[in-house]
Amino acid sequence: MSKLITRRRMLTTSVLAAPAVLIGCDRLAVSPSFKNMVLSSGEWLSYRAQRLLGANALAREYDPSDMSPEFRTNGNTQPRSDSYRRHQNEGFVNWQLTFGGMFENPRNYSLAQLKAKPSRTQITRHDCVEGWTAIGKWKGTPLKALLDEVRLQPEAKFIVFRCADDFSGRVYYESIDLVDAFHPQTILAYEMNDGDLSVAHGAPIRLRVERQLGYKHAKYVMAITAVASMDRIGRGQGGYWEDAGNYDWYAGI
Amino acid sequence: MAGNSKTDTPMPKGGDLVKYHRLSTRLWHWINAGTLVVLLMSGLMIFNAHPRLYWGEYGANPDYAWFQIGARNNQGYVRVGSASVQTTGFLGRWEESSGRIRNRAFPPLVTIPKSYNLAEARRWHLTFAWVFAVGITFYTLWSLLNGHLLRDLLPKMRELRPKHIWTDIKHHAMLKFPKGAAALNYNILQKASYVGVILVLIPLMILTGLTMSPAMDAAWPWLLDIFGGRQSARSIHFICAVLLVAFFIVHMLMVLLVGPINSVRAMITGYLRLPKERN
Repeated sequence: MSKLITRRRMLTTSVLAAPAVLIGCDRLAVSPSFKNMVLSSGEWLSYRAQRLLGANALAREYDPSDMSPEFRTNGNTQPRSDSYRRHQNEGFVNWQLTFGGMFENPRNYSLAQLKAKPSRTQITRHDCVEGWTAIGKWKGTPLKALLDEVRLQPEAKFIVFRCADDFSGRVYYESIDLVDAFHPQTILAYEMNDGDLSVAHGAPIRLRVERQLGYKHAKYVMAITAVASMDRIGRGQGGYWEDAGNYDWYAGI
Repeated sequence: MAGNSKTDTPMPKGGDLVKYHRLSTRLWHWINAGTLVVLLMSGLMIFNAHPRLYWGEYGANPDYAWFQIGARNNQGYVRVGSASVQTTGFLGRWEESSGRIRNRAFPPLVTIPKSYNLAEARRWHLTFAWVFAVGITFYTLWSLLNGHLLRDLLPKMRELRPKHIWTDIKHHAMLKFPKGAAALNYNILQKASYVGVILVLIPLMILTGLTMSPAMDAAWPWLLDIFGGRQSARSIHFICAVLLVAFFIVHMLMVLLVGPINSVRAMITGYLRLPKERN
């Protein structure tokens, strides 16, 4: 009996202590790599669970009557680089989207070429990591149509979007897996709410990846690359906010 | 195990040490207690990133927020609808230990981490949400299988009679708690609050949490329909968190009133000393 109680005591003590230790991580000198490992498990589980539950599921599309009266902006609203400003002044007529990296058939597209392709229009919800939501209408070229033309090399695992904007000199970029890259609602949007995409919202094109949070929806996309690993891009975490602020790379939740 | 009185043993009386909480209850209780603290505190930090609540599908700064914690004219305030109270010093505007004044909703005292960090708070929240969800799922299933849920937690028909409920309310108000063998069973208010938390509040917390996930909404679009949109789900998530805090406060109060050492010991070792009858 005494043995049993000791075992139980031990069990309850460790159960009681576990959250206390984790809370204590905030202050105590618990190994940062251990804490990081524990706190990364949520992203790991959510990514796999959500891919399992509906890798091909479509995000809800709304009626025009559901749209936000005003769609607020976030992040950078005016890229500062000279080359971007030149394109902006020219109305993006000389702007080109470049495809590079692990593609069989890398090439560039002008805005006119993108607009000439079959388009997709969708009224979807934009969920910011901060908690707010806005519903807007987007029209653009499905990324899949372009990927089918430039053709991925078999080793490619991620699609990386390099942008024209920066924070303190560090270029904005984002990346997604191939499930999202080939998803029918993943588009390079050049129109928003029935007008040309404004500079504040990411002109000339903005990525829409409808099943993830706002920071994945890269604005001012200039170049798209295919890579096997994110290790050699930025600080290796797969995106600007992932590098700079330790935000999760998978932002489906 | 509450309510589990065996017929072949004599009825226990006041002063007896009796088996009261089974292992699954004790394990889940403490895991859940720690997890809830982490979820609440990291959740308050996440709320700090956008301290406004809305009804419907969308909601952002240009839209009307039914609830807001903010700062205006150097004063912190909490606003519900059109009613607003000044909360300078604790909510909306407060002073850091370094002496710096911050305009943020919840202060470091109640958040994880201590200083503003949405990414880190999300990592705490979304990791411990898994512990929370897996915990309640296993505990509910296990309690269904071993009979705890139906036998001890769900109210019996006779307990739902208004007269019985009223008597229990009066007993609580007079701080008259069951003695002897009567203390083996949960009373009706206790059952109602435990069942309310386990079968209503916690599942609501999890489902409204999932509704805020754009990928979950794609996989399970019915989530948006049952809660009336993502921002409604966010509001309900916050309201349920407030109700869980209210439950926690009453729970602590009751533990203090009926005997903190005996109650906590029972939740650790499983054995409760039955309160002595007074006659």
